[in-house]
Amino acid sequence: MDCVALCQVVQSLGVADPSLARFIGLLIAVVLVSGVPLLTVVFLILAERKIAARIQDRIGPNRVGPYGLLQTVADLLKLLGKEDITPAAADRVLYNAAPLISFASVVLIWAVIPFMYAANEPGAVVGVDLDIGVLYFVAVASLGTLAIMTAGWASNNKYALLGAFRVVALLVSYEIPLVFALLIPVMFAGSMSMVDIIEAQSHMWFIFMAPLATFLFFISSQAETGRAPFDLIEAESELVAGFNIEYSGMKFGMFFAAEFLHVFTNGILLAILYMGGYLGFLYQVFPPIGFLWLGLKGTIFYFISLWLRNTLPRLRIDQVMGFNWFFLVPVSILNVILTALILKLMQLAGWAPTDMANSSLIGMLPITIVLLAKDVIMIVMIMGRVALEGREARAAEQRLNDDLLVTAAGD
Amino acid sequence: MNDINIFLILAWVVFTIITLGGALGVVTTRNLFRGTIWLMVSLFGVAGYYVLLEAPFLAAVQVLVYIGAIAILFTFAVMLTRSLTQLTDRYNRPIANVVGAVLLFVLLMVGVILPIWFTNEPVDPAIINAQVQDTRDLGEALVSKDGFVIPFEVVSLLLTAAMIGAIVIAREVEEDEKGKRA
Repeated sequence: MDCVALCQVVQSLGVADPSLARFIGLLIAVVLVSGVPLLTVVFLILAERKIAARIQDRIGPNRVGPYGLLQTVADLLKLLGKEDITPAAADRVLYNAAPLISFASVVLIWAVIPFMYAANEPGAVVGVDLDIGVLYFVAVASLGTLAIMTAGWASNNKYALLGAFRVVALLVSYEIPLVFALLIPVMFAGSMSMVDIIEAQSHMWFIFMAPLATFLFFISSQAETGRAPFDLIEAESELVAGFNIEYSGMKFGMFFAAEFLHVFTNGILLAILYMGGYLGFLYQVFPPIGFLWLGLKGTIFYFISLWLRNTLPRLRIDQVMGFNWFFLVPVSILNVILTALILKLMQLAGWAPTDMANSSLIGMLPITIVLLAKDVIMIVMIMGRVALEGREARAAEQRLNDDLLVTAAGD
Repeated sequence: MNDINIFLILAWVVFTIITLGGALGVVTTRNLFRGTIWLMVSLFGVAGYYVLLEAPFLAAVQVLVYIGAIAILFTFAVMLTRSLTQLTDRYNRPIANVVGAVLLFVLLMVGVILPIWFTNEPVDPAIINAQVQDTRDLGEALVSKDGFVIPFEVVSLLLTAAMIGAIVIAREVEEDEKGKRA
């Protein structure tokens, strides 16, 4: 076991035993890395409420603190002060474990998120640079499904159970296009490590090479977080509140915070996978500015997500399922096959670099143009097909109406 | 390993408790939903073993496939059959259970434990890492012609056949098709 980074700092402070120093170093790292999302979520809730208010032509919270900045703190204190209810018929242990699993599944994702550039070994300030970073994200995020199922079942409430049933249908099916979209940056970088994926974008962001994959990832991550137009999990008008109906106080607060944090985490992931993460102006000279770039890029996707949430109406469950299985899944599979084929052919012909991290802008241009053209052609063809189907459906409806009119006239 | 790391041993003990405790929970609880949760706990402990063996890919796949997909489907099936979650009767067949358990134990002992019982020396993970470096090697082994491409394709075919079979069984026969079948 080698002793680097924080471990060295701990050792220099007078901890002689290397394994103990390593342990303390890891402990500090864990607290720091999980502290970032915990602090962020306090302001995310405020940001979301403010933006939602503006979209709905309201002012939003503005009473507690300057510009309402302390509103979430007040809400937090209120939630903590509320009575902690466990329904008599609930499964006590699982009922209490569910909010914890839900929040943990989101915070755990942050372990593999690189925050800024670093000159030494992993190449970035990151909790842990796993070889399988992307796969780790998918695995950990799938625990969120488990949390919602457990909450729905343990509450012993019909609405909660119905909400949980929808989760399996929604989250498990939207994981398929999500993973297929994830495969694209992995293929480009030739690695599943988050740091390697960022390094591979040094000369060209993947969003220009794979806009379609970015779009697919965004749509399916929006569904994964269960937000409008996919918020069937807690469809208020149908299920009262969905899986978390029986939860009160801070236990509800944890589900709430987990959802908000998950949306922002998805924004950060999109920034890392498709927009180069911390890469940006002066990121090597002054690393902390990379943290700013990462936050800025993540916020763009976060804002689009909020925008959609407050603009679009909720879809029916069959529409959501149909959209996934008949549109997103075939498109994402076709996208992966075509991208892999083009990338491999270009690499064999010598027009595309095999090591994108050590290429140049000129070296990346041919493959970018070809892949961009492929995506544009795919989007045009798909949209053309969708438009054709829409016209046919409308024509069929029109014929039906005409027939009905004729019969009515005949009488 | 030259210096046996105390934290590695600690981690091994924790994962062993999680795995065995979870497995014990599966067979002792009468509540089916809790049983599936215990199963997930046990499978999670196994993922921990993979991490200790420096096989992070297998650990992630373990969590993704077993906990994220298979166990979730178990819970779904259990929740749909709600009357089964509050079982009070025991559906035990003691003799069959004992015979089955003993046979499985003997099979595992003879097939897996015995061949490596005395020959198995402690192996430094660094040596294993030199042979199998990362996930890339695993991927190449699965599709290269001197690797495992034949078993890989056979398993893929089998899974596809099973999937099609499941769809055929689950699909409802439509009205206009009934006549053709009869």
